[in-house]
Amino acid sequence: MKSLEELRALREKMKSQTDNRSVAGADETVIKVGMATCGIAAGARPVLDAMLDEAEKRQLHNVSISQTGCIGLCRLEPIVEVFKDGQKYTYILMTPEKARKVIVDHVVNGNVCTDYLIGENS
Amino acid sequence: MRELALNILDIAENSLRAGASLVQIRLCADFLKDEMTIAVEDNGCGMSKEMAASVTDPFTTTRTTRKVGMGVPLFKYSAESAGGTFRIRSEEGKGTCVTATYRIGHVDRMPLGDFGGVVLQLVTMNPQTDFLVTVQSGGQTGVLDTREIREILGEDIPLGAPEVRAFLKEYISENLVSIYGGRL
Ligand SMILES: Nc1ncnc2c1ncn2[C@@H]1O[C@H](COP(=O)(O)OP(=O)(O)O)[C@@H](O)[C@H]1O
Ligand code: FES
Ligand SMILES: [Mg+2]
Repeated sequence: MKSLEELRALREKMKSQTDNRSVAGADETVIKVGMATCGIAAGARPVLDAMLDEAEKRQLHNVSISQTGCIGLCRLEPIVEVFKDGQKYTYILMTPEKARKVIVDHVVNGNVCTDYLIGENS
Repeated sequence: MRELALNILDIAENSLRAGASLVQIRLCADFLKDEMTIAVEDNGCGMSKEMAASVTDPFTTTRTTRKVGMGVPLFKYSAESAGGTFRIRSEEGKGTCVTATYRIGHVDRMPLGDFGGVVLQLVTMNPQTDFLVTVQSGGQTGVLDTREIREILGEDIPLGAPEVRAFLKEYISENLVSIYGGRL
């Protein structure tokens, strides 16, 4: 069974590793997932999990993923906001699959997923 | 909401918005009594009596200009439609405690769902807030206290670091979810 003893060992291991994580800089991509009542009810949790998972699998260190409150567009939830290259992109009606695609196409390769953007299909 | 765990997340988000530094989540399942209790308690800004009443029943109490929130009413409904009870205690400047009970075997009780995943999300995505999560069932108790975790990790390692997150995921499954055996 996992114990806090194990966490102590993990911490020692993490401390001894030379920190090669790049420090968040100007090129950082910030991703926010709406986690108010409407967002949660519409499936924001699996969307957030998919993004965290995809970012970790690809070892994306210059991406910060967090949650935010009500974005005010209930019927378009789950909503994901991506702040990249000084611009804000609002992705609507997200699913875990679409979320993974946004990470790969937009965040990694720089190709905005225009089909999922607000205004394109709403 | 299709899972009570999602209601717990939503109610805990209220506590975060209220500026709580500590959020306590308790889950008790008494299979012999056929009763389950979920409580979310915080030390946030709290509410006046009138406010607490209008938040709980936004359509029967005098409407104010604020927009009607659905989080608290949905949580209340989840309990009362499953043979249970709902209570909100709040004091301005002190904090809020929201408690819901359920008849476990009631046909209309929603499944608990991914409680472990919700706890993981709360503790890893909110670096400013501490969580004390307690699960009790069949004479067993499981606890996750982020204050304890933070003390071990020190200031430079966040709970959301991938390695720590992976540890916490298993810790939650083995120490919290295992208490009720995932059968809720
Ligand atoms: N734990 C809490 N502490 C302080 N205020 C709260 C708390 N929970 C709810 N409230 C108040 O009740 C309101 C309604 O909550 P809720 O039904 O969840 O809808 P919403 O969060 O969308 O506003 C909140 O906006 C807040 O003002
Ligand atoms: S009230 Fe619906 S998204 Fe905020
Ligand atoms: Mg709410």
